[in-house]
Amino acid sequence: MVTRSYMSRREVEQQSFSLPVAILVPVAAIVLQVLLPRMLPRLAILDLPLIVTLFFAISRRNPIAGTVTGGVIGLLQDLLTNQPIGVNGMAKSVIGYAAASLGSQIDVENNATRALLTFGFSFLQSVLLYLIERRLLGIRAFHLLWLHELLRAAVNTVVALPVFLALDHWKHRE
Amino acid sequence: MEFLTRFKNAMFLILVLFVQAIALAVQVRSPVDPGEPDGRSVRLIRMWALATVSPFERVAHAVGWGLHNGWSDYIDLRHVRQQNADLKQQLTRLRIEQAAIAEDALAGRRLQALLAFRQQYVASTVAAQVIGTSGSEQSRVLTIDKGSRDGLRPDMAVITPDGIVGKLRDVFPTTAQVLEINDQTSGAGVILASTRIRAILRGTVTGRAQIGNLTADSRIKPGETVLTSGGDQIFPRGLPVGTVESIAPDPDHQPYTAIRIKPAVDLDRVEEVLVITGTQSDLPPMAQQDLAAAEAQHAADLSAERLPGIHDDTDSPPASAAATTGGPPAAPATLNPLAPIPVPHPLPSLHPDRFTSGSTPPASALTPGAPITAPVTAAPPVAPPQQNQSPQEPPRKPQEPPVSPQQTAKPN
Repeated sequence: MVTRSYMSRREVEQQSFSLPVAILVPVAAIVLQVLLPRMLPRLAILDLPLIVTLFFAISRRNPIAGTVTGGVIGLLQDLLTNQPIGVNGMAKSVIGYAAASLGSQIDVENNATRALLTFGFSFLQSVLLYLIERRLLGIRAFHLLWLHELLRAAVNTVVALPVFLALDHWKHRE
Repeated sequence: MEFLTRFKNAMFLILVLFVQAIALAVQVRSPVDPGEPDGRSVRLIRMWALATVSPFERVAHAVGWGLHNGWSDYIDLRHVRQQNADLKQQLTRLRIEQAAIAEDALAGRRLQALLAFRQQYVASTVAAQVIGTSGSEQSRVLTIDKGSRDGLRPDMAVITPDGIVGKLRDVFPTTAQVLEINDQTSGAGVILASTRIRAILRGTVTGRAQIGNLTADSRIKPGETVLTSGGDQIFPRGLPVGTVESIAPDPDHQPYTAIRIKPAVDLDRVEEVLVITGTQSDLPPMAQQDLAAAEAQHAADLSAERLPGIHDDTDSPPASAAATTGGPPAAPATLNPLAPIPVPHPLPSLHPDRFTSGSTPPASALTPGAPITAPVTAAPPVAPPQQNQSPQEPPRKPQEPPVSPQQTAKPN
């Protein structure tokens, strides 16, 4: 007799990471994010913390974990800027939640899927930041530069694929 | 209960967003102290975050700096002779320029003293190295390797020899954050160099510096130099800010124009900065010495330029004459600035009349009632004072023939 279980795809393919990896990878992403523009100013368009948030969120496939991961990484990013703390925190909380929710529905091991996810969520983050700055903080001069944000999404996508492949080595399947 | 279980993920997200929104509101609402832009607790959290990241930044900076220095030292050694010659040439040119500017500077200072204007000069600076950025395009903030232990305080001006960079925002014990002039929350009082129009420089969301509080003015042209005005009490007056890059109507704030400024400093590639830790109303001693030396040099240059023109050719004996008499050669006037300066002689007039200087004999030579017999001749070298000519005498008509001096000397 075949035993049927009612575990979801998320529960079947949930992956975890060791504590050092879960802490050091986001910290390394933030440190690199503040260092790279010093060497090459154009690299400020890159968002390594977003890539790491996406990777942990779609790998864990747990919306709450994704929310926490995105929130913490975003708040750390805010602490190093002169912006009010919470701008990136809110945006990345939503990104982490959405990526984890989507990750439990589709195959996220495929590179094409990963590229589409990264591009879409990168652009979504730009829209979220625009809404937060313009609506919540009331900065009327804040404009969404569509072309620039599309370019940012494309650059993040190109960088995200090899980063995802490198980080795959630290996954623990449960 | 079932509702909570079913929507626990979404409710958790809403809770997280709500908490952060409240935190945002508290930060935005709290009054901003110029010396402390963040609240005490926010500042503490930022300090912890920066303390975590800054060691990595210092190591990366030290490694990168070492590699860069090693390579650049090698390159520099190859071109050091040419560079030395260029610098000497530049120094000579700057000395000449300095001498020319010295007199204007002194005149300016005298005028400032008359107006009781208190000019602020840079008295002391602390050199610092940039070790990191904010990592965000929305936040133009640099991290430097000096902090409150080095005497830094919030709102101190940060400059380079090329121009201004920004001001200190948060200052921690060993690090500090520099808010660049192109950040959207930044501002500086500026003045356009040639038109002397005062304005406020602000950063934009896209990381550009622009003036947005001026209406259209045809006098403002691209390429005009922009300097600090000193009105913001942060940047001393007269520091270079940049040049006007473009002028266009501001679509968000009509009828104002958006005057885009190209910063004098490449803000993306700043390596070392100077933090102005003190200003004073007098020039620093070293600058005063330089100014005095420049003034002396300028005075000597002026004497050297003017003295040869004052002397007539007949006044100074030629050097050859001295040589033939066996005496010492006559020193050129330029080498003897202490010699008395002779009074210049006016040129003789071509058509002398009764108003011509020297046409009237001196009063001592006149006898009351006697006719004047002094002929009209070329003017003597030095004109005696004309005592017998009344200043109230009405001017003659132009068609009248010239009157001889004999007529003018007759008593009425």
